[in-house]
Amino acid sequence: MATLVLPVEEQRVFVASQWQLMWWRFRKHRLAVASAVVVVGFYGLVLGADFLAYADPDASEAQRSLMPPQSIHWFDGRRFSPHVYAVKGARDPQTFKRVYRVDPAEKIPIRFFAEGFEYRFLGLIPTTRHLIGVEPGLDAARTIFVLGTDVQGRDLFSRLMYGTRISLTIGLFGVTASLVLGVVLGGLSGFYGGVTDTLIQRVIEILRSIPTIPLWMGLAAALPREWSVLQVYFAITIIISLLGWTELARVVRGRFLALREEDFVVSARLVGCSEMRTIFVHMVPAFMSHIIAATTLALPAMIISETALSFLGLGLRPPAISWGVLLQQAQNVQTVAISPWLMIPAVPVIVVVMAFNFLGDGLRDAADPY
Amino acid sequence: MLGYIGRRALLAIFTVWAISVLAFVIIQLPPGDYVTSYIAQMASMGSVVTDEEAENLRIQYGLGQPIYVQYYKWVKLIAQGNFGMSMEWRRPVTEVIGERLWLTVVVSVSALFLTWVLALPIGIYSAVRQYSVGDYLATFIGFVGLAVPNFLLALVLLYLGFTLFNAHIGGLFSPDFQDAPWSPARAWDLATHLPIPALILGLAGTAQQIRIMRANLLDELRKPYVVTARSKGLSEARVILKYPVRVALNPFASTIGYTLPYIVSGSIIVSLVLGLPTVGPLLLKALIAQDMFLAGTIVLLLGVMTVIGTLISDVLLVWIDPRIRLEDT
Repeated sequence: MATLVLPVEEQRVFVASQWQLMWWRFRKHRLAVASAVVVVGFYGLVLGADFLAYADPDASEAQRSLMPPQSIHWFDGRRFSPHVYAVKGARDPQTFKRVYRVDPAEKIPIRFFAEGFEYRFLGLIPTTRHLIGVEPGLDAARTIFVLGTDVQGRDLFSRLMYGTRISLTIGLFGVTASLVLGVVLGGLSGFYGGVTDTLIQRVIEILRSIPTIPLWMGLAAALPREWSVLQVYFAITIIISLLGWTELARVVRGRFLALREEDFVVSARLVGCSEMRTIFVHMVPAFMSHIIAATTLALPAMIISETALSFLGLGLRPPAISWGVLLQQAQNVQTVAISPWLMIPAVPVIVVVMAFNFLGDGLRDAADPY
Repeated sequence: MLGYIGRRALLAIFTVWAISVLAFVIIQLPPGDYVTSYIAQMASMGSVVTDEEAENLRIQYGLGQPIYVQYYKWVKLIAQGNFGMSMEWRRPVTEVIGERLWLTVVVSVSALFLTWVLALPIGIYSAVRQYSVGDYLATFIGFVGLAVPNFLLALVLLYLGFTLFNAHIGGLFSPDFQDAPWSPARAWDLATHLPIPALILGLAGTAQQIRIMRANLLDELRKPYVVTARSKGLSEARVILKYPVRVALNPFASTIGYTLPYIVSGSIIVSLVLGLPTVGPLLLKALIAQDMFLAGTIVLLLGVMTVIGTLISDVLLVWIDPRIRLEDT
């Protein structure tokens, strides 16, 4: 019998580890790879929010209320010299509305690594440098508002940076809490089967057939008004995850059921491994990739939930800043029609949710590379 | 079949019970009890509640007794159709909710209906013409539909309608019919206002259903019986519609159970943005004012409605697909 000689390519596949196979599979899903880059980029924003923000997110300027975005001009003639035009604000004597007029004669140069408000970079290093900014000491009429300002005259861009930090981490904590619940309950359900399984499955079915938003609203509204931002933050995380663990539990249960009768699990049990050891050393690593994929797919729902609750005014409350809190200002059509830039915070919500969906899709396809 | 429906009904009863407990928890959560806040409310209106009246209310709601007794009394009152008083409106809760609950049902059901009407043909088209321009377009819209939260979609449409057409696309009635009594003209007015909210609410569901239908149908189209049907000389439309579509329809129907709670949930927040006279805005106001009997009742009724809707869809499913009867016996 002739020995079968495989091409190099295939030999590589046979000796590759599971994670390597997954990576190869994942790489083929272009959209997922691009989404991974977007997601990583957004979490980069989370880390560097205060560096990228050039204005104190809470500093309000009555003279600059609802100012439209200023466009950055990158060149002055042929010379690279980013600047914005100064904007003159005045009150319309007839309508009493603030109107802004761009004054191309006065150019305000933008400086890189400019001095600004003080913060701690990555929470550690105290500094006053920001990516961009204007010369320190200029008055309000001579600053930049890349994305315009809100009703209180606060810089939308800087607020968006801080909002990204809160919205994305709340999703992360929420999904972690759901994951713990999902893995424990889904695991119990799948590993023991029988009455435990039936009971947990019925609970999941019941939870899934209840409309969640009214329930969330009810629970969130009950949070004491005097709670601090941090307390509300964690309470909201818990409320969101209490109802969001069911899908993760279903995935975990499904994997447990599939693996329970596998040879390697049976042999682990036969050689006398404790249940804990069988589960955590032998079974969990085998479906880790599925859990990661399911978690990624659960994240966007968490982010949307937080945004929706805060949008209604029941989630995070000012002075906390999140995407939902920012969008609260866009609740009224009349306001939005006059100041459409208030809707800008919707863009990152949509981009992040889509990126997580594509990424999760790619991870799910790659999770089982055999 | 009866056994299956019986089991679903039993589960539905359990679900209703779970919802009632959750609604009760929501009512109980804020500090202070009903009577103290009622007295405070009345006092702020300038009227006085006598001690005797307060005592009667306390007995009626079992305040001061263990929590399960209070729950029991509350359920008993509900069974008699007494949902308590709305403090903010100073009227019985049932009166305040009134028409709004039915409008919520109308909006949700039409969103569900639209989901089906759109997803079915688009899903079939996407599967039959796989990788065509239309398929890619459907897939793209599907992803957008899944990713864009419906309240943002409502906001954007409202904005576009306002700036491009100078029209207010929100609401369920024209101003003339806002408070008019029911008449054919008012029903027609409602019907003309329904498509936009229904579309916004149904888009995410539609996107999901298109993907499910497409995937299922693609699986079915590759099976030998399709080839057989084709070689028999059936017309292409008949080949597809008569067999594979019917098989692919089953998982399609079984997802109603998850779509309906989602739509009802979404209707709350979309109603706020679009200014629909459903229970959504009422719930938010009640929660902010801590008008807990009203809020709890809305949560309870929405939940019960959803459960009933799901139960109906379960029964329909058994009727469509005989295999389920076999599976569960």
